[in-house]
Amino acid sequence: MSDLNAQAVAKYRTNFLKEVEERVEEGEWVKMCMQCGVCSGSCPLGPYWAHPPQEIFMMIRAGRRDEVLTSDSMWMCTSCYNCIVRCPRKLPITHIMHGLANYAHRLGLAPKNQPTRVFATLFWNNLIRTGRVNELKLSLALYFKDGFKQGIQNALNMQKTGLGLMKAKRLNPFELFSGHGCKDKKGIAAMLKKAREIEASRKHFAN
Amino acid sequence: MAEEKKVAAYICQGCGIGERLDTANLAKVAQKEGRVNLVREHAILCNAEGVKMIRDDIANEGVTHVAVVACSRRAKTEAFSFPEVALARANIREGVIWVRPDTDEARETTQEMADDYVRMVCAELKAMKLPAGNPDAGHSRTLLVVGGGVSGMTSALAASQAGYSVVLVEKTGQLGGWAANLHKRMPAHEPFKDPQDTGVSDMIEAIAAASDIKVYLNATVAQTSGAPGRFKVSIATESGATTEEDIGAIVQATGFSLYDASKLSDLGVGSSANVVDQAGLEKLAKAAAAANAPIRRPSDGAPVKNVVFVQCAGQRDASGTHLPYCSGHCCNTSIKQAMYFKDANPEIDTTVIFTDLRTPGNGEDFYRSAQRKEVTFTKGRVSRVEATGNTCKVNFHDLILDDQNASIADVDLVVLATGQVPNSGVNIDLPAEAGADEEGQKVVSILNLSYRQGKDLPQLKWGFTDSHFICFPYETRRTGIYACGPVRRPMDIVQAMEDATGATMKAIQAIENAALGRAAHPRAGDLSFPRVRIEGCTQCKRCTVECPFGAIDEDEKRYPVFNEGRCRRCGTCMGACPVRVISFENYSVDTVGQQIKAVDVPDEFSEKPRILLLACENDAYPALDMAALNRIQSSAFVRAVPVRCLGSVNTIWVTDALNSGYDGVMLMGCKHGDDYQCHFVKGSELATYRMSKIDDTLKQLGLEPERVATYEVAITDIERVPQLINDYAAKIEEIGLSPMKGF
Repeated sequence: MSDLNAQAVAKYRTNFLKEVEERVEEGEWVKMCMQCGVCSGSCPLGPYWAHPPQEIFMMIRAGRRDEVLTSDSMWMCTSCYNCIVRCPRKLPITHIMHGLANYAHRLGLAPKNQPTRVFATLFWNNLIRTGRVNELKLSLALYFKDGFKQGIQNALNMQKTGLGLMKAKRLNPFELFSGHGCKDKKGIAAMLKKAREIEASRKHFAN
Repeated sequence: MAEEKKVAAYICQGCGIGERLDTANLAKVAQKEGRVNLVREHAILCNAEGVKMIRDDIANEGVTHVAVVACSRRAKTEAFSFPEVALARANIREGVIWVRPDTDEARETTQEMADDYVRMVCAELKAMKLPAGNPDAGHSRTLLVVGGGVSGMTSALAASQAGYSVVLVEKTGQLGGWAANLHKRMPAHEPFKDPQDTGVSDMIEAIAAASDIKVYLNATVAQTSGAPGRFKVSIATESGATTEEDIGAIVQATGFSLYDASKLSDLGVGSSANVVDQAGLEKLAKAAAAANAPIRRPSDGAPVKNVVFVQCAGQRDASGTHLPYCSGHCCNTSIKQAMYFKDANPEIDTTVIFTDLRTPGNGEDFYRSAQRKEVTFTKGRVSRVEATGNTCKVNFHDLILDDQNASIADVDLVVLATGQVPNSGVNIDLPAEAGADEEGQKVVSILNLSYRQGKDLPQLKWGFTDSHFICFPYETRRTGIYACGPVRRPMDIVQAMEDATGATMKAIQAIENAALGRAAHPRAGDLSFPRVRIEGCTQCKRCTVECPFGAIDEDEKRYPVFNEGRCRRCGTCMGACPVRVISFENYSVDTVGQQIKAVDVPDEFSEKPRILLLACENDAYPALDMAALNRIQSSAFVRAVPVRCLGSVNTIWVTDALNSGYDGVMLMGCKHGDDYQCHFVKGSELATYRMSKIDDTLKQLGLEPERVATYEVAITDIERVPQLINDYAAKIEEIGLSPMKGF
């Protein structure tokens, strides 16, 4: 159990709804759900989720902490915003889904190989290094996410596309070595640090 | 009023009547066949000049009976209002020119139609008298309110403010009813966020301050007799003596009792002291508020930390064991009660387990407010509540997660939302010896009416008192007696107050109409009343049994005794009477019978059938008018006669029509059954029943059963009604003309 998770369990015990309300982005909306099911009915990916939003909200209220936080359901959200548009109680459902996914990830409870989680992690780590996304490194990292052999295979499969992009001056191979970044890298790092501090205090991560 | 009958017919030429019809011929028909004393034509009869012409004739020529041959009786009623003379209307606009095509081929039959309506109106008018009003009018302006709860107090205060004196009878020792037992009530005003004071003490004070409200506590109604405006009510008081009061109208606001929670042993009643119903929680909350302490669980007095509300406990039960209906207020009540806990201490876990959360009125805002206060709402069905020491375990089927074995443990208090059971008194439709409920307890009558038809108001469904649910919710089948509040249907305080105000307004109307000798709703203002030629009566009792309003009693010799004040003037008694001794001055077996006879029935070689249409004036006739307004064409062979209610149709009209050569008879009345629309509740149902028995008569006459057809129509059936007429006319053509012509 990660420290953050242990600390959360100790703090909230059985009151998972309270935990979500205080620590999850837009989590204070969960209690306002009236269980009409319009979100689940509107979700284009609904049939493929283990638990559509209506159920997730109910599970939160029923205190099923582990089941919710280890679920891959909220990682399935494609941000189409159908549910937000239709929710009669005006819940920002898409944002709540992302908030829950992010919270589960921070506690180390999110499913390890969930593709959306892997991609999001790669993207974020890639981005914060220089303040810009290095597309070449991001694609390559994605190729190699399932091991070295599969990575080579993926790269070979994409060879033609890569060469095409190079010819069209859309891909610079030298980006692999250094890559260009933003002007004030230190400033970006400082900004992110501050944002993390604000979030930690607002979401009570410190205590 | 002139002694002699002088009949005048006025023929309008406006609205295209003059262009489409030969009005000179109509005048000739009125003169020659209708034998009226005076005929006048006018270009636009309803304008000031036309009306003045009629008024002058009434004043100068001594006209006593006026036939207006123009538009439908439902149109221009203000212009053609001559209360001092008998008035009849022939409908040649909506009834003739608007439903017929303006073509050369159609001209002849259209003219015949109009001619017939002129003959009919002349015949009707001659059989009519100007109604004189109820001679036995009562003039009491006092309202009796039975029940001193929120509904009763609201009614008493509303009547008092409107200037009527009130007698309020309450069976317990104090006013306030259920609401007095509440800690707080659901909010009635913006922003609908927090429970508010019940306001009962203010109402009690207002009643004490009102000099025209006389309150009897610990009292019941021992007997009610009479009619609107002149009810005699004996009130049994605490001392055992009875007091007599003269009453104009009655509002019954006897409220409800809670469903007996001891029948809910599955939900822990009996096995744990910590399972209470909503009233039980109100008691705990009141005690806690008085002691300025948290709400404590009954078993050991420990403060409640975890409370579960079980919705629909013993309600909405399809199995037939418990109440089948939803009591409407309980979701809001549970929300309010959950707030008792959350407002005192947000750390208390409160869970409402519901199947459908129903929050009428502004309850949706209240529901949201509870969600903001972190009351947990769980959609589920509670299967069992187990007692575990000083706590309970609530087992339920989670309907969202489809978890059969969901449960909440360590619950300090379980609150069951049980339903409202109306205090309706005796069910008069049950056999007299029954008179007891299933537990063998004697049901006590509330009004103790000395009516032949039973002691209390009829019940509609599930024991709730009568109400014309779809169209006129305050109306009962006992004139001048209005039910309001949860005795009429399940409701909360806001609804009960609105209901009580409405019922009071109806009661005041009844008082005013009764004093003027006029009918109450739906023929409000009607001055006619049933007259019986008692020497012809055979004591068959059909009138007393079939009267939907319990207006007719029996004397010691078993003759019917009509109580004009209780009568709604529907004429169901007239339709029922086999010897035809019951009539109204302006509506009788004769007024309609003469119209039927006046129609010119062509011989069997003419290929012109005649179809009699008896149409209910409340719904069917307006539907016909509206169809005409939309210029929907229908058969020229139909002669429509409006009737007060299909229940007033005497079978003699049908047999007379067929005997005199009509080819078919159509009857159009309102929808009957559970969701009836009949203004007189039972009229259309009785008519359908009577017509179902007419087959034998038809057989004796050697006629096909299709020659009499009964239809249920609604006022909105604007396209269907002409279609029914045309289909029926086609059917008559198919089976051929009646063989009875020319006899």
